[in-house]
Amino acid sequence: MSKIINASSKEIDSIDNSNSPVGNDSDLAVSNTVSLTVSNLNLFYDTKQALNSINMTIPKKMVTAFIGPSGCGKSTLLRCFNRMNDLIDGVRIEGSIFLHDEDIYARDVDVANLRRRIGMVFQKPNPFPKSIYENVAYGLRIQRVNNRRTLDRAVERSLRAAALWDEVKDRLQESALSLSGGQQQRLVIARAIAIEPEVLLLDEPASALDPISTLKIEELIYELKRDYTIVIVTHNMQQATRVSDFAAFMYLGNLIEFDDTKKIFTNPAQKQTEDYITGRYG
Amino acid sequence: MKSIESINKWVGSGSPWVWLSAGMVSLNLVMVFGLLFLISVRGLGHFWPAAIESVELREKDGSTTSLLGNFVEDEIVSAARVRGTGSTVPEDMEFVRRYLIKVGNRDVSGADFVWVNETDITSREIPLDSFMAERDEWGNFYGNLISVKLDGEIIASGATAWGAMQDGIARKTQIRRQIKGIEKDQIGKINYAMERLRLRTKRLELDGVEAGARIDKIAAERLSLEKRYEALNGSLSELYKELGRYSITAATVAGQQVELPVSKIVRAIHPNQMSMFEKIRYYFAKMWEFVSEDPREANTEGGVFPAIFGTVLLVMLMSVFVTPFGVIAAVYLREYAHQGLLTRTIRIAVNNLAGVPSIVYGVFGLGFFVYFLGGNIDQLFFPESLPAPTFGTPGILWSALTLAILTVPVVIVSTEEGLTRIPRAIREGSLALGATKAETLWRTVLPMATPAMMTGLVLSIARAAGEVAPLMMVGVVKLAPSLPMDGNFPFLHVDRKFMHLGFHIYDVGFQSPNVEAARPLVYATAFLLVVLIVALNIAAIRIRNRLRESYKAGDG
Repeated sequence: MSKIINASSKEIDSIDNSNSPVGNDSDLAVSNTVSLTVSNLNLFYDTKQALNSINMTIPKKMVTAFIGPSGCGKSTLLRCFNRMNDLIDGVRIEGSIFLHDEDIYARDVDVANLRRRIGMVFQKPNPFPKSIYENVAYGLRIQRVNNRRTLDRAVERSLRAAALWDEVKDRLQESALSLSGGQQQRLVIARAIAIEPEVLLLDEPASALDPISTLKIEELIYELKRDYTIVIVTHNMQQATRVSDFAAFMYLGNLIEFDDTKKIFTNPAQKQTEDYITGRYG
Repeated sequence: MKSIESINKWVGSGSPWVWLSAGMVSLNLVMVFGLLFLISVRGLGHFWPAAIESVELREKDGSTTSLLGNFVEDEIVSAARVRGTGSTVPEDMEFVRRYLIKVGNRDVSGADFVWVNETDITSREIPLDSFMAERDEWGNFYGNLISVKLDGEIIASGATAWGAMQDGIARKTQIRRQIKGIEKDQIGKINYAMERLRLRTKRLELDGVEAGARIDKIAAERLSLEKRYEALNGSLSELYKELGRYSITAATVAGQQVELPVSKIVRAIHPNQMSMFEKIRYYFAKMWEFVSEDPREANTEGGVFPAIFGTVLLVMLMSVFVTPFGVIAAVYLREYAHQGLLTRTIRIAVNNLAGVPSIVYGVFGLGFFVYFLGGNIDQLFFPESLPAPTFGTPGILWSALTLAILTVPVVIVSTEEGLTRIPRAIREGSLALGATKAETLWRTVLPMATPAMMTGLVLSIARAAGEVAPLMMVGVVKLAPSLPMDGNFPFLHVDRKFMHLGFHIYDVGFQSPNVEAARPLVYATAFLLVVLIVALNIAAIRIRNRLRESYKAGDG
């Protein structure tokens, strides 16, 4: 075993894992410990199949990490959860994803409303060219919340939750673009949690950041999982071991293995997983 | 061999390209600044009070004549050509210089410009006493002041005459201003109200109302208007009588005595006695007159204010129409339309529209806006004034709309470009927060694309302000009786015809009865038009830069 794994297992030990363990077994089905259920999901870009019959359950108020080499479909799968793939021409999806017991791909689903319940943070920080305050208030303003006091409170709460409040509280009216990259990414997280979603999707949230900012984001994720179900895509395996409770290893559009993070990184069931985490490919 | 090698090396180093491209840039700059220099010197020099010179000429029969006026221009012509006109030129001369002299006094001598050969001039001097008077009609007067009369009685002559005349002119200017106030504002208002009453009566007639309270009310209103008009008319004739009291007697250079009513004199100067400071003051006063006054004498004198006003108002109206029109079309093409063959075809068609000759738009505007739209609007909303058209005739509204369709491709193209440049991440960020596509568009994408829209607007203003050809069909006139904006409700009269600097240049330069007098005004007007377009552009660019500051796209 490599050093990485040893180091990671230490980390995992330190993570509070007392919640009821949820495995990859589909017999868990709908319960109050499950947030999202993926059922036989296939995704095609025109004729090319990018996801092959994925089945999995994402546990509630835990961090689930998707790992795998570039192009394995982990980001695509993540974007399925809030129907971001709808925006791409030529994408066809079969199968279903349930948020609790609602099929989010059902015909009568209000997509905008769905996205309010499943928030998302992207790889590169993408603040709007507005003030810090207006960035955080954006989602609420969309919902026609214009009461100054409600907004003030929501902005403060979200910025505190995103560990950004102390850094920006004196310059809320300044442009969000004046913040550093790491601050911008935390601002974007604050923006996402301002509308109190149930699930937070993080698409490589720290890959464009320096190590110190990355550390802050990781601490933040650890804090946030108390209130939110978090799904994170990451290239960085140490990061996966540090922040996640469960990990899914994907390869070429297939879900190879989905289990307790500790188990994935110390004792993977599949040979492919072991090859990947020990650095033989990817 | 070595030199070829070094040339090859020089070519290979790329410096010839640097030189070539830099050379092209300098050539462009030279042309632009050369043009600006030419029109500014020729145009702005016109306002300077040139010295009045008197010239003695030897005639063919040996007698002498005198001329008094400003030397305007000189040129060198072949001696043979001069001999052809009958003048005597010494045998050994091949070329003769000749001068164009502005002698004025069109009412006395017929022509106010004279060409004079240098060989015919026997003496040339600058007389201190001669003066020049700008008049409301017949052009300038050049001569010597003899006396000033009030009610036919001489009140000053000799040394005191000049001061008395200036007093008379000052008094006259004051009265003129009062008359203009009464005629334009008060009587204009009454006329406007009378016309509306007439139309209301006509309207009632059309509706079949023959008598009743409403008709009586109109009659009463008309009566009170007429009473007010009578009163104004009375004070007007008083003022006119007052205006006619002063007159001057002056002698032309030929010795003829002329009686000039002061009421026709705009201003009088004797430039040969003026100090530099006085000249500068006169220069700026003339320049101010040029930009602030109405034209006189078939546009060859006075100012171009109505044309400036018309141009600016036209461009503003056009901007008001073209921006929403173009932006909405671009939003549909870029954001909503399926990006297939049809959309591509439409896009190509829109781009090609920008290349259609502008006169074609003029024809379209005349046929569609003026005759079809305007004609129908008249039938529906203004039947009382028919057969006199209200909107079914060229006017500033139709001109603005014609220019708007002329420039809409520019706005569409640049807005589309701006929309394409908004990073995908920003749109996704907004959508991921539960915004619908429309909300994303309104709250984030469009604000970020405003600099691009402004770029489109800047380009369309630059194009529209310089267009003349289509306007000749849809609303521009040589001389508009009133501005398209005044104090009468609804203040902005978009049905009116208007004047335009571009058309003014054409009119003064090519349609003027007095070409020599008009030529400096062509340059001055051209300079003004360029300045105006530059000013409009700078204003739009500054707005855009400010927007760009506040909507800098994330991550650059």
